Amino acid sequence: MSAKPFDPRALRTDFPALGRVFSDGRRLVYLDNAATTQKPRAVLEATRRYYEESAGNVHRAVHRLAAEATGLYEEARQKIATFIGAPSPKTVVFTHGATEGINIVAHGWARKFLQPGDAVLVTAMEHHSNFIPWQQAAQARGAKLLLAPVLDDGTLDREAFRKLLTPEVKLVALTHASNVLGTINPAAELIREAHAAGACVLLDAAQSAPHLPLDVTALDVDFLVFSGHKLLGPTGIGVLFAKPELLDAMDPLLTGGEMISRVWDDHATWAEPPQKFEAGTPHIAGAIGLGAAVDYLAGIGHAALRQHEQQLTDYALEKLGALPGLKIFGRAPERLGVVSFAVEGLHPHDIAQFCDRDGIAIRAGHMCAQPLLRRLGVPAVSRASFHLYNDTDDVDALAESLLGARKYFHAT
Amino acid sequence: MQLDDLYQEVILDHYRNPRHSAELAEGEALVDEENPLCGDHLKLDAHVADGKLTDVRIHCQGCAICSASASMMAEAVSDQPLDAIRRKAAAFLALLRGESAPNEEELGDLMALRGVAEFPLRVKCATMPWHALEAALKRLAP
Repeated sequence: MSAKPFDPRALRTDFPALGRVFSDGRRLVYLDNAATTQKPRAVLEATRRYYEESAGNVHRAVHRLAAEATGLYEEARQKIATFIGAPSPKTVVFTHGATEGINIVAHGWARKFLQPGDAVLVTAMEHHSNFIPWQQAAQARGAKLLLAPVLDDGTLDREAFRKLLTPEVKLVALTHASNVLGTINPAAELIREAHAAGACVLLDAAQSAPHLPLDVTALDVDFLVFSGHKLLGPTGIGVLFAKPELLDAMDPLLTGGEMISRVWDDHATWAEPPQKFEAGTPHIAGAIGLGAAVDYLAGIGHAALRQHEQQLTDYALEKLGALPGLKIFGRAPERLGVVSFAVEGLHPHDIAQFCDRDGIAIRAGHMCAQPLLRRLGVPAVSRASFHLYNDTDDVDALAESLLGARKYFHAT
Repeated sequence: MQLDDLYQEVILDHYRNPRHSAELAEGEALVDEENPLCGDHLKLDAHVADGKLTDVRIHCQGCAICSASASMMAEAVSDQPLDAIRRKAAAFLALLRGESAPNEEELGDLMALRGVAEFPLRVKCATMPWHALEAALKRLAP
């Protein structure tokens, strides 16, 4: 690894969108990375090259383009297997995102194996994508959905989690990091506890994969999902990892071309995983782009990225926390660069609209986590979230804009 | 598009000092609406007497646009005949859809919300109170 100091300003030049200046002369200050990230040139180039040079379909024809496309697609799968510490690329299923990955498991595993009286345990800090599929699967199977509560500091209530982990619980569906609170859950410990209680674990790594090193083998996790677009990659591509025996046991969610072994008039057999779960023509360019994104992140190095984001998050918590009337949700010691807040007397949408005037992109709303926001006692929050290209200037710009918003809406 | 086109002074005034605003207890309101996109919440109660809408009370937990729209609506429809209110609602929703030639005479002060049509993501904030009103009218005078 190079010993170059981490320089977000230099890295910014790798991202064409971050050089954008709007018609009003404002430069883009992008602080909505928990929703989606900007893309480095390496990712854009990789997808463009596929479309310009190698746009054949995968796993079918024998011509050169098809062979190149298949090679690039499977090479991307291998890169991702390495990135998450998977034992084999055969355990890496390309999906359209974390949501599809969770739905594949909810449909093909939970609905197949859950029995009436069984339970699925989630936390109260799940994104709707790791909540509704289990709510639906539990309803369909006469199973229970249990919610492990969150403490006031934004960490999981470990005591309650352990109490809820009864023999009825067959699956724990857990976010690795909260998209609202920033809390990083102690995945390894929780997985151990779940396994000791006889439950499988699905880890939603949509927020963590772009920022933290992942090792599915060391974690011994059963299922893991994430999305490419939050990880500097293209939209419409994501990953489901599952242990080989689980992929074998599960039913496919989508059926059709490409996922079969043999087809008769009245029945069919499935291809081996991962093809079994990849019906139809996949998002080939997306997979190749995600492979390039993973390479880009590896070039940065997780340790340097983590250190930068932690310093920036500490700075933001202090700077924003000192603003009058501003309340931060979530004070977990182990956290990502995700800072949700409320400003007394200001609605999150008005805040976000005002910040947008200043070229600052933040998120406002319920963050697809209504069960959590109900517990926080607010209908909506504002959220700033960081990635490698953000620096303290961005936080300063946000702080200044927030002060301006107070004046604007409450001038007398 | 300037921010001041969205948040005109009259809008900010209604936001800071909402008219016909009241706490409405559980079950007291005629209509209870939530915008699932942002979690904004609006309760509305009213009565009908002699063919006119009376006792309009609104409890709005929303952004400046939603709160101001609710307040301005309450003023515009209070003690008005129901058919006139229906016409006003249709004219307002057409204004927010950006349809040409708004009925300025019909709309009066409500024209201040015209700029919202230029911010597509905020249109629902302004129309939510009027959709609640339409729902209320359906129940009061089916």
